[in-house]
Parts: sequence; C-alpha cells; structure tokens
Amino acid sequence: MLRSSQPLTGPNRKRCREDEMLLGTVLDEGERGFIIDTRSAQAAKQARMTGGGTEPKSSYPHWRRLHRPLERGRPLQESFIKLVEACNDASITMDRWLSRLESCRWLSHVKAALSTACLAAQCMDREEASVLVHGAEGTDTTLLVTALAQVILDPSCRTLVGFQGLLEREWIEAGHPFHLRCARSAYSHARLKQEAPLFLLFLDCVWQLSRQFPFSLEFSECLLLTLFDNAYASAYGTFLCNNEKERCLCKVKESTHSLWAWLNQPGERKRYLNPLYSHNALVIWPSVEPQSIQLWQGLFFRWIRPSQHLDEAWAEIQRLAESN
Amino acid sequence: LFTLQVENVKLLDRYTNRKAANGTLYLTATHLIYVDASAEVRKETWILHHHIATVEKLPLTTAGYPLLIHCKNFHVAHFVIGQERDCHEVYTSLLKLSQPVKPEELYAFSYNPKMSKENREIGWKLIDLKVDYQRMGIPNDYWEITDVNKDYEVCNTYPPEIVVPRAANKAVVIGSSRFRSRGRIPVLSYLYKENNAAICRCSQPLSGFSARCLEDEQMLQAIREANPGSPFMYVVDTRPKLNAMANRAAGKGYENEDNYDNIRFKFIGIENIHVMRNSLQKLLEVCEMKSPSMSDFLTGLENSGWLRHIKAVMDAGVFLAKAVKDEKASVLVHCSDGWDRTAQVCSVASILLDPFYRTFKGFMVLIEKEWIAMGHKFSHRCGHLDGDPKEVSPVFTQFVECVWQLMQQFPCTFEFNERFLLEIHDHVYSCQFGNFLGTCHKEREDVKIFEKTHSLWPFLLQKKQELRNPLYRGFTAYKELQPNTLPFSFQFWCGMYNRFDKGMHPKQCVLDHLLSCVSQKVKLEDNASELENKLPCLDGPLPSEACSLSKVGSAASKTPMLNTPQDYEGEPPPVLSNGASAGDVDAVSDVDQKHKENLSRHRDLHDLNDTVDVLDSEAKDGKPQHH
Repeated sequence: MLRSSQPLTGPNRKRCREDEMLLGTVLDEGERGFIIDTRSAQAAKQARMTGGGTEPKSSYPHWRRLHRPLERGRPLQESFIKLVEACNDASITMDRWLSRLESCRWLSHVKAALSTACLAAQCMDREEASVLVHGAEGTDTTLLVTALAQVILDPSCRTLVGFQGLLEREWIEAGHPFHLRCARSAYSHARLKQEAPLFLLFLDCVWQLSRQFPFSLEFSECLLLTLFDNAYASAYGTFLCNNEKERCLCKVKESTHSLWAWLNQPGERKRYLNPLYSHNALVIWPSVEPQSIQLWQGLFFRWIRPSQHLDEAWAEIQRLAESN
Repeated sequence: LFTLQVENVKLLDRYTNRKAANGTLYLTATHLIYVDASAEVRKETWILHHHIATVEKLPLTTAGYPLLIHCKNFHVAHFVIGQERDCHEVYTSLLKLSQPVKPEELYAFSYNPKMSKENREIGWKLIDLKVDYQRMGIPNDYWEITDVNKDYEVCNTYPPEIVVPRAANKAVVIGSSRFRSRGRIPVLSYLYKENNAAICRCSQPLSGFSARCLEDEQMLQAIREANPGSPFMYVVDTRPKLNAMANRAAGKGYENEDNYDNIRFKFIGIENIHVMRNSLQKLLEVCEMKSPSMSDFLTGLENSGWLRHIKAVMDAGVFLAKAVKDEKASVLVHCSDGWDRTAQVCSVASILLDPFYRTFKGFMVLIEKEWIAMGHKFSHRCGHLDGDPKEVSPVFTQFVECVWQLMQQFPCTFEFNERFLLEIHDHVYSCQFGNFLGTCHKEREDVKIFEKTHSLWPFLLQKKQELRNPLYRGFTAYKELQPNTLPFSFQFWCGMYNRFDKGMHPKQCVLDHLLSCVSQKVKLEDNASELENKLPCLDGPLPSEACSLSKVGSAASKTPMLNTPQDYEGEPPPVLSNGASAGDVDAVSDVDQKHKENLSRHRDLHDLNDTVDVLDSEAKDGKPQHH
C-alpha cells in the first residue's frame, strides 16, 4: 500500500516520466494496481485547473483508478460541530434528534471511511493487488484510509504497541497537520479554515471496529479517548506541530516528553488494555450497514451523561476476563 | 412426517443472491424446514407456522418463483422455488397453516413433550401472584386480596383475585365497576412498601361530559387514604388529550378533578394501537432496505416514529416511579380499556422501582400479573387466530424493548440477558405454551389451558445458563433505576428487528465468552434451587426448534461464524484485472464463495460449548481460528 499527494497534471495534462517509472517499479510483470482517489471524479478533474489532477490512464496503464470521495476540511468540521450541538441539546425531541443526527452526516462519514478502507484492504487481501491512496494533499483523507486499512488487515497494528507505531507512521510522521487540524474543536466559534476532525474520524472508525470485533484489539476505548484528548491539548510533545520538519525546528524531541513513554509505563498501561483481547491473526472485515455503525457514545456523551453503570459493567467484564 | 416436500428451493438473504445453493423445503404440521445440504455442513432453517405473519408471491425471476415470508418475530425468509406448481402449493399450504381459525388448532394443544402429568401441573403453579403480593406486605391494614371477582361478576377480563383497598367495601367495588369501561375497576398493581405509595390501574371512567359516580369517587378516595403519607394522588391518563376528549362524546372519557377530592390529573400522551401498528410496519420496511445509506436509515427510523413511541412509554414509567418514590404519592393509571398502554406503563414502573422484577422469577411474575392476569388481549394483539387485523399491535413488543433499553443503560442490574427477552417474545407468538393464549383468565379457564397445555416458565428456567446476565451484580446492588430519557439514550435494537441478519451484528460474541467465565461458579448455586424445576428429557421437536432459529448440524455448531467482506461498494464496483466487477460473486475464488455461503449460516445459540467466537476471514487454507 502506498500513499502520496495528487499528481500535478495541470490543465495541460503534463507528464512526469520519473513518477510513471516509480509507480511502474511497484508492480511486477503483468500485475495490476489500484489507485484510490479520495476525491470525487469531478473534484479531481476540477483540481487540474489549479495545477493538480489525476493520473491519466494512458500514462499509468497498469493502474485502475477508483474514486471514493471522503469528506474533509470545513464541511467535516461543520459536521462535527453540528453533531456536538445536537448531543448537547437537552430539550430536543426524538424526531429532531434523529433528524439532526442524519443531517450532520457524521455517521455517513464514518460509513464512507470504513467502506473505503475496506475497499483498499480488499484490493490487497482479495485481489492481491497493490494500492496507491491519495486525495489532494495526501495529509488528511489519505492517511485516514491507509491507517484504517492497516488496522483491518494487520493484526500487529491491533496490539497496543503496534497501534502506537501505526499512529507514529501513518499520522505523525506522514505529516498530518495536527496543529492546524486539532486547534479548537467543536465548541469554538472561531471556525478556523484549516481545522478538521480527521483524526477523530479515524478514532471513531477504530472504535466501530472494536465494537464489531471486541476480542481483536489489544487496546480499549480508554486509549482512543486519551488520544483524542491529547491531539487537541497535551502535556506531551507527540502531537505538536504539523510535520517532522516543524518538530525538528521546534526541537520537540529535545524539549518535551513522549506520550507513548507515559502510556507504556507498567503502572499506566493496564488502563489502556482490552481485557477481552485475544490475538486474531487474520483480517477483520467490518459490516458497514447503518445498523452496524453506532454513535460513539463514550466520546460524544462523555460529559453529558453519567457513566457509573457502564464503568461498573466494564469493571465486571475485566474481573470475569481475568478470573478466566 | 412431512405434509409437503419440495426440491430445488433457494433461500436468499441480503448477502447472497445469484449463487445461492439449492435446498429442500419441508412442511410439517407445525413447521417449515429448509435444508441446505450443498456445503460440507448441513444447514437448517426452521420457521414455526404460527410465527408466519404474511406470505407473498413475488414476480417471476430468472431463478424461479419467489415466495416472501414475513414472520412475527421479524424473520424474513425469501425463497425461490423452481416450479410454479410447487410454489403455489407451498403458498396455499402456508396460508392455511399460518392462520388457524379455532383455538384448538393452536400448537399448545398438540405440543406434547415427554413429561409427567405432575410436572406439567407443577409448571403451572411455578408463578403464584399471591406470593408477590405477600412480598409487598399484602394483605395489610390498607390493602386486601379480595375474591369479589371469583365468578367474574365484577369484571370478566380481570382475574378472580384482585387487590383493592380494605376501605372499599363490596358496594363501592360493584358501583365503581359500573362506571368503568368493561368493568375494569381500579385495582392495585404495585405497592411501594417503603412509603405506602401505590400504583393502581383501571380503565377509563364512563363519565361522558358530566356523569358522576359516588362509588367510583369513593374508590379513589379509598386508594388515596390507603397512603396516609400523601395529601393527594395522581390520576394518569396515558392517552393523548385529544383522544381522551373525543371519548367523552361516546360517554366515556377521563376523571374530572372537580369531582374527585385531592387528585392531580395528568395526560401522558402515548399513541393508540393503530398508530403503533403502523409505526412498526414502517420500522420493518427500514430494516429490510437493501444497502441503505446512513441517511436513508436515519430518515426512515425517524419517519417510523418508533423510538419516539418507545420513549413515550419509558417517560410514562419514569413519571410513575418518580411519583411513588420521590413524591410518595399513589398513582392511578388508565388508558381506554386499561389493558394496553396501562400494562406497559405499570410494568416499566415496577421494574424501575423494584429489583425483584429484574430477576428471572420476578420478571415472570410481572408478566403473569400485569399482562396475563390483568387481561392484555394477547390473542388479538398477536394475531394468534385469523381475526381482525386492526386488533393486531406490538404493545408487548414495545414493553420488551423498554426492558432492553434499560439493559443497555444498566448492564449489571438484570439477572437475565437479551436472549431471555427474545425467547419470551418468540413464545408470545409461537402459541406453543398456554400462558399467552386467549385474552383473559376466564377465557383460559373456559378453554382448559391449565389442564391441556404447558407453561412456558419451567421451560425457560431450564435454559437459565444461557439466558443469564454474566454481569449481574446481584439483587441488592441496585435499588431504583433512574434512566436517562434523552433521545440519544434510545438505541435501535438490531438484535430484535434485524435479528436474523447475522452479518449486521458484532462478529464476536462477548456474551458467550463471559457466560463461560461465569458458568462454573453458578452451576453449583443453581443446582440447589433448580432441582424442583428440572424437567426430564423431552420427546418430539425440542422447544428450541419452535423458534425461528436455524438448527445447525452438530459438526457445524463448533465452528465459529466465518468473517468475510461484504459489498463495500456504494457506486458501481470497479473492474478488476480479470475483467469482472469487484462486487461480482463470480469473480471471487472458490474458497471465498464457500465462505460467503457460510456467512449466512446461523449459529446454534443453544450450544453452550461455544466459548469465544473468533471471526476471521478465511485463511488461504480455509481454516478458521478457534479459542
């Protein structure tokens, strides 16, 4: 699986021999690959006007391009804000609640992200084909797809340590601009142009996987919530800045502590483990039917409703799993 | 012994279409059985005739003659039959078999497990409502169990023994019965011992615009005075105000606060049986949608109004519980006839207030009391016999769902799990046991239910191990429940309304794993108390087979359900290297194909040997993982 940003085809359909060669070397003799473009075909075409574009079939004959538009940027942030507003509305009726849940489209985005990640995984696991994923910049929906696909495909990404490695690789080092994307969250009126909850969407999708495969992730919901918190505000340097270059310039590694170091301490670690974990060596294929996708109550209602009974249930599960 | 056998029948579901295997359809006197012997593991699907709600012939397709069966427990079976004559024969047979006309045709009268006469009779005595009243402290200074209705002279849809205030003498009872729709006088449902507040239930008064009845006013006064701690009592009409007012024109209506001393009257608008029937219909249409978008689903769910109605019932139960516990005031509840919404609301309130009703025994008592004894018209509401379709309504289903919603919020407070609820729900419609036949106690006596049929409860108690809640923290851990009733607290119950769409549910079953962790410990505890309920081996079809659960051959029951990718395409599937479409089953390898078929195989829920189900896609050698 590869990721990149969009090719700079431009209005004049420029070609780049080196790029074509590079993608050519990925495939063996006679092999086909898939390009999953996270923009709609129309948006990708329009991108040509501003210097971007897609890989023309004639120049990349062994690659089949699939468009799977995933929401990003302002519209995704608006979706998040509308959802949180609906969750906090204490006087809402049932009809209005369902209506707002539908119109904010957050769960639709979850479904689309999972579907696209599964498609990428299917190409690799079922068709044994290589996959190139990109959107426009390669820093948002691209990473969402590649990271999720790896959780689906690779059991080592589902361990506590492996998941941290996945985050380091596919989000942090890959250059997801955390500083811009996770600035103010849903309550702020600032409406910053660069803000968008891609990382939250990823965590939500991982939570959906944990709900459908309760034994297959070594980490618990507690880890996902902690990651969400730290992406927005943290005592640790792990999610600071927008890319490795900025972290270098700011001397993040020299001046701050790593979140992973803290999480992995023997005393802390236990909180983030799933007591039901049982190593599952194979691919986990989620259902993306609407009935299978739920609103992540542990996150969206975290401060709104008391969790005492659910905490007690979780403690019971832990007790039972340990006594087994 | 089969009355009909048809070859070349396919069973389709939302995941398999063209490549479904050919199987054989059998019709017996009681069941439809579909057998698919094409794979290495034999797969059986059983449908009880009584569970069938509708059978439709669909337009002819290239694959054959389709028959669509909708069941009352929401199982939808889509068969395609090779020959038209066979299809028609199955169709007409099912129409006849699924719509019995006379009560004697119901399964309960022919169901004959190998059991001694004594044990059968003991089964009927398992639940004794008098014991529950004793538990509440009745009889006491204020309340008594009266036999004034022993010959059904007061009310023929009430049980022979009812609980009324001691202060209400026979004249008051008789007088009040003439002022209440169908003679359904105010009687006690639940007494909150801690403060003497009571939940009582009745039907609407025959007040019209201005009629009064001294005895009815005295009856309410007696109820109020049976709770000296409170200066007033609530009278709650669970109908929308408009409906109640419209009833006045027909000489019925609701209590006038001016005529009754110290009552506070309140409407809690829960819609009527027709609205609920239509709501469920719309919900099921949403559940049946093939590959809906999230938008389609949520919009459909909203348009059905179903969760809005569930919330309305829950809100009413919460109001009653709060009035009793916090305000220490008694509450008298009614709707029109006091056997639908009233039953729902009183049951929910009891569960909220009293942990006993959250145990196996207590829940059975609650159903026997508030639903069976108090005359909920199961036969009509569940369409047991060929009757008026306008009488059919999912009133009991809504109550069961309220319990499930409470289980989601309070996972440690119920002794039983979701499967217990589903089993009860199945048997309300199965007519295999006598408990839910007919419409009231008198009718059951007349038809000799207690002599000729079996009770459901011993049968369920026998399966306690699978039906228990592994997270139950015990009787004393929680007292009153205060559920969150904001809209987001109500979830869509996939396990009920899409129960048989196995691909939609979590692929790994935590419940079974936890049950196996618990089972060793409780086995010893249960043996002691269950000895009396223990039933010998049963002959004939196992009661479990009466449900629309697939029976899996013994070899298959050990194999966990395999996990394969569904169709993830929202748009037309891409063209793959071999020219076929990604979503096309033909393009998939043989190994994948076998596992796609296995995906639709149902698990045998009664096999306790399953511990952890680890669901993976197939490895190259097709071996699933076990734990």
